[in-house]
Amino acid sequence: MLDVVHQPLLDIRNLTVEFATRRGTVTAVRHINISVGRGETLGIVGESGSGKSVTSFAVMRILDRAGRIADGSVTFSGIDLIAATDRDMGDMRGREISMIFQNPRAAINPIRKVGHQIEDVLLRHVQAVRSNVKEKAIDILKQVRIARPEERYHAYPFELSGGMCQRIVIAIALACKPQLLIADEPTTGLDVTTQKAMMELVIELTHKRGMSTVLITHDLGLAAAYCDGVVVMQQGEVVETASSGVIFKAPAHPYTRKLMRATPRPGATLRDLLEEERPARTPTSVQTDGSPLLKINNLIKEYPRQRVAKSMAKLFGRNASAADAEPFRAVDGVSFEIKRGQSVGLVGESGCGKSTTSMMAMRLLDPTSGSIILDGEDIGAIPARDFAKLPARKRIQMVFQDPTDSLNPRFTAARAIADPILRLGDVRGRDALRARCEELAQLVGLPRHLLDRFPHQLSGGQKARVGIARAIALHPELVILDEPTAALDVSVQAIVLNLLDELKSRLSMSYLFVSHDLHVVRLLCDHVIVMKSGRIVEKGSARQVLEAPQDEYTRELIAAIPHPPV
Amino acid sequence: MTAFDTAVEAAAPPATGLSATLKHARHVVTGNPITGFSFTLFILLLACALFGSFFVPYDPLATNTAVALKPPSLHHLMGTDQLGRDLLSRVVVGTRLDMAVAIFSVALVFALGGISGIAAGYFGGWTDRLVGRLSDTIMAFPLFVLAMGIVAALGNTVTNIIIATAIINYPLYVRIARAEANVRRNAGFVQAARLSGNGEFRILLTQILPNILPIMMVQMSLTMGYAILNAAGLSFIGLGVRPPTPEWGIMVAEGAAFIVSGEWWIALFPGLALMLAVFCFNLLGDGLRDIVDPQRRT
Repeated sequence: MLDVVHQPLLDIRNLTVEFATRRGTVTAVRHINISVGRGETLGIVGESGSGKSVTSFAVMRILDRAGRIADGSVTFSGIDLIAATDRDMGDMRGREISMIFQNPRAAINPIRKVGHQIEDVLLRHVQAVRSNVKEKAIDILKQVRIARPEERYHAYPFELSGGMCQRIVIAIALACKPQLLIADEPTTGLDVTTQKAMMELVIELTHKRGMSTVLITHDLGLAAAYCDGVVVMQQGEVVETASSGVIFKAPAHPYTRKLMRATPRPGATLRDLLEEERPARTPTSVQTDGSPLLKINNLIKEYPRQRVAKSMAKLFGRNASAADAEPFRAVDGVSFEIKRGQSVGLVGESGCGKSTTSMMAMRLLDPTSGSIILDGEDIGAIPARDFAKLPARKRIQMVFQDPTDSLNPRFTAARAIADPILRLGDVRGRDALRARCEELAQLVGLPRHLLDRFPHQLSGGQKARVGIARAIALHPELVILDEPTAALDVSVQAIVLNLLDELKSRLSMSYLFVSHDLHVVRLLCDHVIVMKSGRIVEKGSARQVLEAPQDEYTRELIAAIPHPPV
Repeated sequence: MTAFDTAVEAAAPPATGLSATLKHARHVVTGNPITGFSFTLFILLLACALFGSFFVPYDPLATNTAVALKPPSLHHLMGTDQLGRDLLSRVVVGTRLDMAVAIFSVALVFALGGISGIAAGYFGGWTDRLVGRLSDTIMAFPLFVLAMGIVAALGNTVTNIIIATAIINYPLYVRIARAEANVRRNAGFVQAARLSGNGEFRILLTQILPNILPIMMVQMSLTMGYAILNAAGLSFIGLGVRPPTPEWGIMVAEGAAFIVSGEWWIALFPGLALMLAVFCFNLLGDGLRDIVDPQRRT
């Protein structure tokens, strides 16, 4: 028993995982060695397709049917997990090893009270009996710092915010006091301030209990901020293992260096994110002639609140309460302007109204009141439905957040790029159209042979390029970028951001860049607007807002961003 | 699992266009014996429907009282009926009528239900309420009784059977098309199409419809079996086509009277054909789903 203590808690030796597909066997993870000591927090960092999730699935033995552990061993405190029976694994999961998944809403049952879901785990692993289970569940809710736990015990997941749901998931994972917690991108999709709170909670709880944690993430900054050791994975292989202090000071592997370079951080310029071999170009000078292109005045968007509840109240002869009658203001009196050649960043956390504002400026959504003036013409009064066919449509275009969702799965890349030209452009004839598409593809760096592919045959970065090509096809003056890199890996993000910057100066466009990430915004924008609950809390030059924030909320936002120690 | 998908993509750049679809179809058909079987059966049924009348051994309408009520033999593989007509010939020739009713009624309901359902899901509001209430009204009746009523009111013709079958299937199509259009109405690519200057109707036809088509195809195959059953059912109770036309439903109805006296083959063989056809279309639906649903391409 004694030597068990000196052994690592989780020891992955020479692990190889294969997937049987129609196109032959794909090796997702190749001969990797990872070990996690007792009480240690280990970060596994890599981009999509690096095999980091597959590794954790293999440890938990929850690979899907096509997957197979082809080679190697996984030992958890002396127990061989690969040889364990399904029944034994069932006992291990949740009691000895727990997992937190990426999307908290998908990880909990939407139609069961959260308290009961915590009880399920406790009862399954005989950590409680019927008589004291509720008490224990409430105690765990308290530990994950849910306010008013007795009340929340009866809540359904839809009544809770994303951060609260993630706290519930953590509560379920930690309920049976496991020895190892595997967190698979636990904060992706959460706001930075929520991310900070969540990570601090996980680290505090696991440290207090002497647990080990494996944090799987694509974000080097996050791993650096919270882990003792870091494992970097690339295409199914471990390329570097080191303590987090060492890895950020002296990254040994070229891939680690590339990742670190591509991560937006304070003090870095756009060019710094790219390969070091590339000659440093002079930073793009901003040609602002000062004339305003888009002016937004006191823009308001209201949504009616709980219409059903109101009509029900009316039906039963009761007066609707004051709160019900008052409509919800998603955007509450926003004013700003974008000058020609300027790029303005619109920053805020989810629900702050930044997307609603951009959708209204885009004329896809009708404002309740306020004016949107494009080059002296008030376009806010034109209904969104009619705006599609006006010549002004050409002047404002958009790059969408999710490159996959924004491309019709049945259109080839060329057809997608040609769509705006066919409707609003002046290029006629098949050959001319094709030539224009190829020209645009070249502009955004999309290889010509990919033009005839369908979206599912393109990578994330290539899809993003198609989306950008489509947006610039009509020579717009203003392009709204709605988190254009949120769904991309950091190395791809670096390339796309540089591309956007280059296109801006070459085609003399203005950008409205909507994002939750202040560091990314700073790279591309000269002016920043910070929004919170429908209002603008701070605006100014990017430098001023980031380095000397005036508003409390802006300071909080900046402090919450984890970044690698440079 | 995104990590895995990208790994697969990196391993093998996929082929494009039609050849990839054909390759995938071949994989599904050969990879799953049941799907392969249903596709073979479907081709067989189609051949019977198109060319059956050219290769059957006897005239399906010719009576010959000398050989009435003969059990299956080498001369008459499925036996003969009370008027001495060859059952094999009648079953094979009957395929055409039953298949025609199924195909035309499904095509009709696809056009009506599909388009109104997509419009309801996409536009919402009044269109949605109108289409929704119409399908609710149809759903309020026992469907077979409704079909009986329609045929009884409109008259006993093949066209009216097709119309009745289409009407009772209408709510199914509306619901599927509506739900699928509804989830896509604010998808990124639809928003992008609006930015490109597409009008609402063009978006409906070029962006939404092609994406819903595969799901509707599966539904079509599944309702096809139901349509055959429905047409045969109407004929069985005397509301369909009239004798002596060879049709499976009437043949089962005619044969039912003879089962008591021991002449089982008259009802059995057309019934068996009916069962096989319905079975075939249901299995075909599963196979089609595997072909059109890219999620299942593991």
